[in-house]
Amino acid sequence: MISALRLSEVTLERSGRVLFAGLSAYIAAGEALAVMGANGAGKTSLLRAIAGLLRPAAGEIVFEGAADPGEARRRNCHLLGHLDGLKTARTTREELLFQARWSGADEAAALAAADRLGLSRQLALEVRRLSAGQRRRLALARLVSAPRSLWLLDEPLAPLDVTGRTLMGEIMAEHLARGGLIVAAVHDPLPVAARMLEIGG
Amino acid sequence: MSPLVVLLRREISLAWGRGGGPLLAVGFLAAATTLFPLALGPAPGPLAAVAAGIAWVVLALATLLTIDRLFERDFEDGALDLLALGAPPLEAVCAIKCLASWLVNGAPLALAAPLAAIALGEPPHAAPLIFLAALLGGLAFAFVGGTGAALGLASRRGGLLTAVIVLPLLVPPVIFGGAAIADFAGGLDWARGLALLAAYAFAAVGLSPFAMAGACRNALG
Repeated sequence: MISALRLSEVTLERSGRVLFAGLSAYIAAGEALAVMGANGAGKTSLLRAIAGLLRPAAGEIVFEGAADPGEARRRNCHLLGHLDGLKTARTTREELLFQARWSGADEAAALAAADRLGLSRQLALEVRRLSAGQRRRLALARLVSAPRSLWLLDEPLAPLDVTGRTLMGEIMAEHLARGGLIVAAVHDPLPVAARMLEIGG
Repeated sequence: MSPLVVLLRREISLAWGRGGGPLLAVGFLAAATTLFPLALGPAPGPLAAVAAGIAWVVLALATLLTIDRLFERDFEDGALDLLALGAPPLEAVCAIKCLASWLVNGAPLALAAPLAAIALGEPPHAAPLIFLAALLGGLAFAFVGGTGAALGLASRRGGLLTAVIVLPLLVPPVIFGGAAIADFAGGLDWARGLALLAAYAFAAVGLSPFAMAGACRNALG
């Protein structure tokens, strides 16, 4: 369980260029943070740094309530990037069950999540037959089925239609109500109450 | 179900489809075995003298053919992020990927290798030893090849880099396995070569996951 996420004086560099320097933020359980900024400002890099995939050039990323940051990331953190990590040649059902079980959910939870996300009629289809919005819903199924406290979302709403966005709002609100944390890189406002963080520029 | 079992099942299903799967590897072995007698001439004498060596080299190249893109797809479609953030450590993920490749490609190759060697002129009673050596050699090739594939991830000419890095590491298993088979044919003690091959294979299994995981982290960051 992660009770809070603290970024203190974080500086990120990509190939020698400083994206942002001295960024500090504090997100407690039940809070959402919307990271805004121009294209290339470093929103995705910030999410990847929190997930531990990128090492900050300076500063500290602390998970309060977790003894070991590596363990916290591997067991209590979902990263939903703009790539969905889906194999187009496999069926929706295969990918749904793999992503959910890999994240620690069981089959019943995965199928319930697919049902909720409106994918139950697409389960037999190959992923290549799904639209961009349906693929995003499929990738979201692991967040719904495997409870982890910290959600790192990169443009979570971008490919979703109106009902998808409403549904995403409900799912995020439930996650926050359970004491979860959300850090989302967005251009449009999030469908839940969130603090804003402007980076770059 | 343990996440690693889930991953192994996915990797086996993906390895069947990746780059033609075991059919490509075994087909390559068959094609190369057919071409050598045509190039060297059909006289059984000279061919039999190099049969074991040819079968070994072809086996190594067939493995490289299938393992070259082990991480590339997962890297490009974002699945490697997901794998890096699972409960098991990335080292175990990399080991499972190589293991699946060995089960799907290495095991059929090990079954086909004695046939290829016999077709080239090895005595048929050497078949069990060739199978065993090919199985162990395939394990070493899969893990060493996986290391090359992981190191090639971040660079644009990954395939070339893989070959340059992996080729020297394939030398010891090729020498040990070839020696075991040659010693067997010559009536000498073949167990030494096989023991060295097994030692190399287990060292590769034990050490290369750390190199692969490091290379993957580097490519992701």
